[in-house]
Amino acid sequence: MKPGAASKLVSMQRAIAEHVPSGSMVTMGAQLEQMIPFAAGHEIIRQGRLDLTLVGPISDILFDQMIGAGCVSRVMAAWVGNASAGMGYCFRRAVEMSIPRAIETVDHTNLTLALALHAAAMGVPFMPTYTTLGSDLLKRNGNLREFSSPVNEERLVAVRALRPDVAILHVQRADAAGNAQLWGNLGVAIDAARASRKVIVVAEEIVAPEVIASDPNRTLIPGFLVAAVVHEPWGAHPSPVQGYYGRDHAFFHEYHDQTRELDGFERWIKRWVAEVSSRDAYLKLLGDSRADNLRVREHALSVPVDFGF
Amino acid sequence: MTTRTPSGTATGRFSRSELMVAAAAREIHDGELVFVGMRLPMIAFGVAKRTHAPGATGLFENGVIRDTPAPELLYTMGDPPNLLKASYCGDMLSVMSLLQQGRVNVGFLGAAEVDRFGNLNTTWGNRNGQQVRLPGSGGACDIASLSQRTVVLLEHNRQRLVSRVGHITSPGNGTGYGWRREQGLPLRSGPAAIITTMGVLRYGEDGEAYLASVHPGVSVEDVLSNTGWTLRVADDLDATPEPDAAELAVIREIDPDHYWTKS
Repeated sequence: MKPGAASKLVSMQRAIAEHVPSGSMVTMGAQLEQMIPFAAGHEIIRQGRLDLTLVGPISDILFDQMIGAGCVSRVMAAWVGNASAGMGYCFRRAVEMSIPRAIETVDHTNLTLALALHAAAMGVPFMPTYTTLGSDLLKRNGNLREFSSPVNEERLVAVRALRPDVAILHVQRADAAGNAQLWGNLGVAIDAARASRKVIVVAEEIVAPEVIASDPNRTLIPGFLVAAVVHEPWGAHPSPVQGYYGRDHAFFHEYHDQTRELDGFERWIKRWVAEVSSRDAYLKLLGDSRADNLRVREHALSVPVDFGF
Repeated sequence: MTTRTPSGTATGRFSRSELMVAAAAREIHDGELVFVGMRLPMIAFGVAKRTHAPGATGLFENGVIRDTPAPELLYTMGDPPNLLKASYCGDMLSVMSLLQQGRVNVGFLGAAEVDRFGNLNTTWGNRNGQQVRLPGSGGACDIASLSQRTVVLLEHNRQRLVSRVGHITSPGNGTGYGWRREQGLPLRSGPAAIITTMGVLRYGEDGEAYLASVHPGVSVEDVLSNTGWTLRVADDLDATPEPDAAELAVIREIDPDHYWTKS
């Protein structure tokens, strides 16, 4: 650690306890199907948070699990389901039958959600776009407002800025001060970090500040934005982390099959979340051979760049 | 050619989804920018790249741009093989900005429902009279709003091809020619084709879909009785071309276990 750069390393339990109270607006799943912070979501469920507003483009099955567990009163997303298997049954039960509780849905598109976070990241009240013109999303989502362009005759949609209380971002590596490096598809992660009042970084690896400083272009979340750093290897399973592990496709299908009915979901959440005390216990339950099959088979290292002068 | 038992074709040499993949691949012209999407179109992009459109570029809304098809079958666009040796990895806005500028030539979508004017619904479904909440837009509304040509792939039945969608998640031609312009949507944008399990629909000058070709082994009567409105039929109705040997070889190399192309 550099002098003055205090360590923000805490346990997942403590990060959630301190920074994600009930009623929070939380953005997760910013990198779409990659690097979804499942370990953080599971800890939120275990700590019994209520009345959360979830914000994300697509969340794969994480939002479905948190909705099914009763943590959520509102979802602002472009898509809620199971990316490779289809429907999210908890989402359906909540919207159609208020099970386990009623939720409000604010339907975005991927672009309008990205622009909502971008507006907040830019510190302006809205961003203009053409998308959603003519759609029922525009009619039903009060955060999308049609207006006339002040510089020409065009009709545009103003996407209202969205400032979450906390962004939870899974990354490949970070230092203890929260300077975080991530690579692969970034989705809305950079804007999510800047738009949110607080950031929790969940990292596969904690590295020395010198490692981060060696490649500043790859530092996409500067540490001063970060409130807590959690070292949680395999914290994104079953979603993939490029360079660390692959996507557990079968897990998504098993979830789909096992949560079709409410009692099936209750068994699933008990087995994989409620009765699991930590990520280590989760990995034990997953089993070594399953994890081994997801490990990187062939590393593909990039060529270092030269920052010398 | 193969020992498995394909279904739903007159010839038995390929599955319906393989035919749909080949038809989708032919919607991609060489040198074009393509918003690839999920499932069958991911395979279609690979087929186009390796047959008639080697200069096509694939864009993915998660921030990936590829000049080469992914080396393995993809279950989602964020699968690690789709990032390896990509020509670009960045954020969503850097890719969506190209879409909004009007640079993307063709985008592919699925849908729960499509109507006679090409409007899409992926938000609220209807099952036996009951409202069913579906996953929502994702990037579909953005692609349908902003790409020059939108191509939709879906199963052909009266529940999916309806006279009027219950909810416009992604705008097609609205209520007909001129509607998109009235809404303020970009001039050079809109629906181009619907590739179903039975045929290919295209759009007339009035903005309404018509049957342009039927797949091998499917009769026009079958198509009409499985469509939820009185579908017009082209005077010069074609048979959808069968996938050729080169196309089938690529499809089966990309999806050797027929995960996406079984039926």
